[in-house]
Amino acid sequence: MSREGTGEAEVVSRSAGQGGWLAVPRHAVLLFATFLVLAPLAFAILTSLKTLNNYGLDKLGFPDPVFWGNFPTALRGGRFFLWFLNSAILSFGSVFLSTAVAALGAYAFARMEFPGRGALLAVISSLMIVPPVVMLIPLFILLTRTGLNNTYWGAILVYAGLVTPFSVYMLTNFFKTVPFEIIESAVMDGASSFEILRKILLPLSAPALITMVVVNTLWVWNDLLVALVLLNKDSLRTLMVGITVFGSRYNSDVPVAMAGMLMASVPMVLLYLFGQRYFIRGMVAGAVKG
Amino acid sequence: MLRTTRLAPWLYLTPLLLVLGFTFGYPLVAVFDFSLRRIRGASGPFIGLENYRQVLKDGVFHEAVAHNAVLLLAVPLMTFIALILAVLLFDRPRGWRTYRSLLYVPFILATPVVGVIFSNMLQLNGVVNEGLRTIGLSPLALDWIGNPRLALWTVMAVVVWREVGFGIVLFLARLMSINEDLLDAARVDGASWWQRLRHVIVPQTKSVIEFFIVVSIITMLAWVFAYVYVITHGGPGTATMVMELYIFNFAFRMSQLPGIASAVAVLLFLVTLAFMVPLFRLRSASEMEEMS
Repeated sequence: MSREGTGEAEVVSRSAGQGGWLAVPRHAVLLFATFLVLAPLAFAILTSLKTLNNYGLDKLGFPDPVFWGNFPTALRGGRFFLWFLNSAILSFGSVFLSTAVAALGAYAFARMEFPGRGALLAVISSLMIVPPVVMLIPLFILLTRTGLNNTYWGAILVYAGLVTPFSVYMLTNFFKTVPFEIIESAVMDGASSFEILRKILLPLSAPALITMVVVNTLWVWNDLLVALVLLNKDSLRTLMVGITVFGSRYNSDVPVAMAGMLMASVPMVLLYLFGQRYFIRGMVAGAVKG
Repeated sequence: MLRTTRLAPWLYLTPLLLVLGFTFGYPLVAVFDFSLRRIRGASGPFIGLENYRQVLKDGVFHEAVAHNAVLLLAVPLMTFIALILAVLLFDRPRGWRTYRSLLYVPFILATPVVGVIFSNMLQLNGVVNEGLRTIGLSPLALDWIGNPRLALWTVMAVVVWREVGFGIVLFLARLMSINEDLLDAARVDGASWWQRLRHVIVPQTKSVIEFFIVVSIITMLAWVFAYVYVITHGGPGTATMVMELYIFNFAFRMSQLPGIASAVAVLLFLVTLAFMVPLFRLRSASEMEEMS
């Protein structure tokens, strides 16, 4: 602990229960919680390595022998690569579009004076919690009428819109923290307002941008409802819609279903392992840090 | 503030307003309009409040509302679990970083993945019941998903399993920004662990806790579609029907009655609207705490 070294801290640490009477129940509770979190994942992993027969006989135990065949079966039974590709196109497209329009708008909110600024920002931020299901019926009709239903473009536009209130909120707050002196000196050097955004604000906001991109990508990647309604064609299925269908198709072949779920989770788990900082910061961003 | 022409801010705002107008502006206006019409295809005759009358008469809608209300019971539970775990981690016991990473994992997994795994585990002859029978608790080996009286509670448990991690990370982040001197002072004054929790930690984290509660309430009322759709499809029968699924079914599945669905969408929108004001008050309050 950081407070070690002074006499007072010694007393404090001991009475705090650090390694004292509280250590045992503390770790018992934490271990139990961790067990509850990990058990379903352990089940998925162990089951994916069993044959159907083996699973029928012994659902709890370890796979014996280890059987890898469920993974190729799952790949043949579901179009995972196509689903990955669709989800990736939609996530990339919509997050890119959202970041672009939000950065321009947030710049105006954070750095320019215009009538109605506060009210407009408040309205846009509050859109964050409107559930997509409320907008879905008019969106479906609108996209159908404009021929954008069942197209990447239509879905990208909708997803971009749905994540944009969060992007605007986050970037506006971040742009406000950039010291005015830096901007002022650029103005002295004759930078245009767009150059200030591109050459100063955006590079300085890199951490906020990464966090925002992570949160938004996760949102679009994990969405089920919008994809179910706006991309109602086999060739346009996203990963989430794909695995939902896959899960009910392999309802009776649990090992193959679990192999499919594990493969579907690989991208986000890898991203989490490498970018844990950004995930955690991102989740907290909306609430604590602002 | 930059000195700009009167027009410049609006140039920067135009793309943003176009995108938001498309996804929020038009649909939020249109859904009100649709809810007052008998929609066939893209529009239909004005019928006043008839759709609302139909909805409010429908027993399935009553069930859906009741189910969303029952799901709200998970909110205090989730908050309590998340707070306890965050506080236990906050004293930085050995391995706290590992615990934190692991406890957060459910939130990374997609809801459909979680739903499929749990619906397999919780089948009548699934691994959960197998385990219960093995340890001699066969009376507890129930039909978690197939029994209409249990299914909603099963869905609730899965929601709690996945969403608690968010609360933990949120609370822990706030706890770590509490002024350590306050806690030290309490310790020196001989405050017990429980007293410190009650009189220092909870008051200091109050607005983040309230924020989490409001977000969770909104989740339970309007963001549980994926759980229900994957785990039970609203069944058995209508035992796990919720408002979102009701809208989805009426608009896009069996009945194709977008007017009725729009009426429910409007009601749901009004409910979330009611929570918007406290949410933003709390957010700015927690920012203030952060500064101090």
